[in-house]
Amino acid sequence: MGVKKGTARVSEDTEVELARAPLQAILLADSFAQKFRPITLERPKVLLPLANIPMIDYTLAWLESAGVEEVYVFCCAHSRQVIDYLTNSKWFNQPNFSIRTIESHNSVSAGDALRLIYEQNVINGDFVLISGDTLSNMSLTHALEEHKERRKKDSNAVMTMVIKKSKPSLLTRQSRLGTDELFMAIDPDTKQLLYYEDKADHLKGTLSLDKMLLADKSSISLHNDKQDCYIDICSPEVLSLFTDNFDYQHLRRHFVKGLLVDDIMGYKIFIHEIYSSYAARIDNFRSYDTVSKDIIQRWTYPFVPDVQFTGNSTTKLERLGLYRASGIIQSRSAQVGPFTVIGNGTTIGDNTIISNSVVGDGCKIGSNVLVEGSYIWHNVTIEDGCTLRHAIVCDGVIIKSGAVLEPGAVLCFKVVIGQQFVVPSYSKVSLLQQPTKQDSDEELEYADDSNGIVEIPSINSTSVKLSGQLTSDVSEAQRLAISEAGAGGVGYLWSVGEGDFEEELRHSVAPIPADKLTEVIQAANDEMEMLDVSPLPPSGELQPDSNSIDSEDNFERDDYIYFEKEVEATFLRAVHEDVKEDHVILEVNSLRRSSTLPLPAASYTLPLSTVSSRFCQSYRGARIELSLSYFYTLKLAMLTANWWLVRTED
Amino acid sequence: MVTCLTGFFPSFFYHNRFTGPTELETSSSGGPTGQTGRSDPGFKSLMAAVTVCRTQETFFKVKKMPDIEGLVNEFVSKLENRKVEGSHATARATAELLRSLISQKRLPSTNQAEALIEAVKIVGAKLTAANPVEMAVGNIVKRVLHIVRVEDLSAVTSDVNGLNLSAETDDEDIAERDSDHVASAAAVGYGSILDRPSLHTLLDNMGRDSGEKADRNISRRILKHNVIEAVNELIGEIDDCHEQIAEQAVEHIHQNEVILTLGRSRTVLEFLSAAKEKKRSFRVFIAEGAPRYQGHVLAKELVKRDVQSTVVTDSAVFAMISRVNMVIVGVHAVMANGGIIAPVGLRMVALAARAHAIPFVVVAGMHKLCPLYPHNPEVLLNDMRCPSELIEHGEFSGCMDFGIGSGSPLLHVVNPAFDYVPPELVSLFITEIGGHGPSYMYRLIADYYSADDLV
Repeated sequence: MGVKKGTARVSEDTEVELARAPLQAILLADSFAQKFRPITLERPKVLLPLANIPMIDYTLAWLESAGVEEVYVFCCAHSRQVIDYLTNSKWFNQPNFSIRTIESHNSVSAGDALRLIYEQNVINGDFVLISGDTLSNMSLTHALEEHKERRKKDSNAVMTMVIKKSKPSLLTRQSRLGTDELFMAIDPDTKQLLYYEDKADHLKGTLSLDKMLLADKSSISLHNDKQDCYIDICSPEVLSLFTDNFDYQHLRRHFVKGLLVDDIMGYKIFIHEIYSSYAARIDNFRSYDTVSKDIIQRWTYPFVPDVQFTGNSTTKLERLGLYRASGIIQSRSAQVGPFTVIGNGTTIGDNTIISNSVVGDGCKIGSNVLVEGSYIWHNVTIEDGCTLRHAIVCDGVIIKSGAVLEPGAVLCFKVVIGQQFVVPSYSKVSLLQQPTKQDSDEELEYADDSNGIVEIPSINSTSVKLSGQLTSDVSEAQRLAISEAGAGGVGYLWSVGEGDFEEELRHSVAPIPADKLTEVIQAANDEMEMLDVSPLPPSGELQPDSNSIDSEDNFERDDYIYFEKEVEATFLRAVHEDVKEDHVILEVNSLRRSSTLPLPAASYTLPLSTVSSRFCQSYRGARIELSLSYFYTLKLAMLTANWWLVRTED
Repeated sequence: MVTCLTGFFPSFFYHNRFTGPTELETSSSGGPTGQTGRSDPGFKSLMAAVTVCRTQETFFKVKKMPDIEGLVNEFVSKLENRKVEGSHATARATAELLRSLISQKRLPSTNQAEALIEAVKIVGAKLTAANPVEMAVGNIVKRVLHIVRVEDLSAVTSDVNGLNLSAETDDEDIAERDSDHVASAAAVGYGSILDRPSLHTLLDNMGRDSGEKADRNISRRILKHNVIEAVNELIGEIDDCHEQIAEQAVEHIHQNEVILTLGRSRTVLEFLSAAKEKKRSFRVFIAEGAPRYQGHVLAKELVKRDVQSTVVTDSAVFAMISRVNMVIVGVHAVMANGGIIAPVGLRMVALAARAHAIPFVVVAGMHKLCPLYPHNPEVLLNDMRCPSELIEHGEFSGCMDFGIGSGSPLLHVVNPAFDYVPPELVSLFITEIGGHGPSYMYRLIADYYSADDLV
């Protein structure tokens, strides 16, 4: 009944909302990334099925249930397909939920998209910014209230970012979502985001925080155990900010970091942490795999296959997490294993074993087939005796008898794999030829320069054209590609460059191979050991930071550096040996006394002690959370020292 | 088939007491819509209907008519998103939705009941599919179907009566009367199948008919009117079920007894509060009801009403049961065999009660009575809820690495919402029409549902 009360309150809130303005959302139906290529050459990412339901449906269902009333869907790549899908979906005739599509052919980044939306002048209040590949079941009420509350007090609080706890280990991060480590500095009192870094340089092993962060905050907490959910609640200013700063392209890399660095305008970003709800973004094949499994494990409830949130599915959940739609013809001897989704009208032959997989609608799976951890989309034909491990197989693929897909293989639409052919690990097969080297995944993915930007639309347009021709040109493609997909096969094998292989491995659907895993663990351990041996970074590291100190600090550089090192070492030792806070304070105090720095004689002991004890606390908190990356704690200690100097000079 | 009137008679009259304008005003359905002046024929016919039924008038003046299609879709999506939960709220919302469906349905001149049943069935199928584990939806749909059948039958009989009695009626429309005869024949056909409710409705309508026989013009709409009235009764019944169940509390709870319950149920809360109001002094043990811990909420509410309460963990139930005099619990649904679908953990409580020979009493409104047998696998299928009710995803994300090993996670979290407690473990059902043993449930089902709808 408590739940019922909760929903009643939600509806009340939304009604208050209604009186002012309907809650709006911008859904970017384009990820502006290339990680799903070559699949995304033929179909937009948001329409790729996730447990047999297109991704965008999850996002829309969540938006609807969260009380959003107007959604602007921004379509760019394959905009026609997205719009066609949406017009035929159930979302278009909802009473309290309207969808409008905004089409663009020349936007190449989220920044462009938001600028275009700003020009259209449709957003007139706070809105939710989300991309079409994000899943969640969180309740927005709380986050919205917080956001509005802050806005009332401070009109510069333009954005609230939703974050979620995750294990800080480098390994988990990679093996779950395949993302980089994310560092955040947050003011624990106000929840203001102070620092955001998702592309930290692992080799360098340091992070530099602006010491001003500490100058006017009593404490900050540094986290590497948070995961960005890519759900933002924004004020209308965000759109105008994008328009003002026409070079902002990426939401996080440019916009968030830009705002954090720029203190002229004084715009602030806050965070909202969710605990029990689920939220994740599908960024690459690895996260596709992880999120699919999370859905099957029902973390996204109520957005799970057996709840009809998109309309016409009649999937039922059976024991051991087996989801079966209607009209399945399954041989008695077939073993359809745990945590598997089987789509409508699929046929499964004798002695076939399927486990931990998703099989789409209308598939024909022959006898003696082994399917493990794979994603088979709709209308796929798999003949007898095939083996599929951790592969993605798109619509309409035909796998002839005896073929083997090794872990990480991706087969694009309508590819035909010949008899007995072995598709090697991490390879991708498509009917489209791999583009030439200069527009490979990596470069486009991180293309900030105009060069790469111009490239994308042209590729998209040609790909659309190509897919249009495909039906007529199959015979030609067959002739060309006959050798690349085995005898009787159709499709081009996309090669993976040497340098990209690491990336490929991290982002593939296949689990990280055992040897790689030990390597990663070893690396993590090495880092720890290295740290133990040489707790201090090379002194060169210190220089830039000390330079940034005001010019009058130039005097007695050596003393200063020496002092800094000492403080740092003390801090580190305290951390490693778990020395009590009081002792650390005492030690630092005596250090300061023994140093030759010119300091005002009076009234510093107290501030120092209070400050360091506070800092120790937050520092210790950070330490616990940073347990796997001691490396990053170094600069922090230095920071204290710097900060302390700044304070005592006042 | 046996005609059964016991149990139905008193209940029907009982319900009649609760039809009145006051409750109609409180009943609210649907959201506001923009359109005010509508000119479609449906609206006109409805306005005509409004003139007929005085009770309805207030209702429709307050509420503008929302598009029924939209209402259905909205409710369906609410059910899908699990925004409406709890059988009471769901039952009420379903009944209201069906009421507006019926009131807005344009009926043909012949076979009105058929058309109405068809319409209700279509919408009912949609609603049931939206959340198959919420049995209350199906129950109410079937109840409404039953109402339509009963009212149809009684309307026909009253028509026949009307014809017989009022020989002096001006024969303005012979064709219409002929059609009525056809309808009556059809309805009588129904009656022979149903053969249950006829007597009381007959009596009931004879009384009513004497007042209404003057205006024969409206005979076409009388069915709809009656059905709507009966659905209103149903809504009233759902609204009042807690109070009526609670009225019986003093008969079951005695001085200085110790009651054990699990989780939170509004029916249980009202039941216990009613006993407290009647100056009974007793103690309540509340098993907290993991993973939702609704027991904590119940404890707060009971303490507010001066009931001596003790909170224990679910796992401590067996340890406490020897001190308990009676177990009183609420349920999700009561099945036709007298078994119950109840919040998870209750089977354990029932077994503990059985081991110590302590009565296991279930309080449930009649809207929870489900005419299905749990042999039906569809029913046994549980609602597997979100695992994050048990553990935090972020905290355990390290245990759910799909990227290492074989790719299958080593940690599974299963969170079933319901337990099935077989009838052997239930001692007594307390409903608004009194206390019954589990073996009597099939009888009640025969009273409240039509056999045709149970296929």
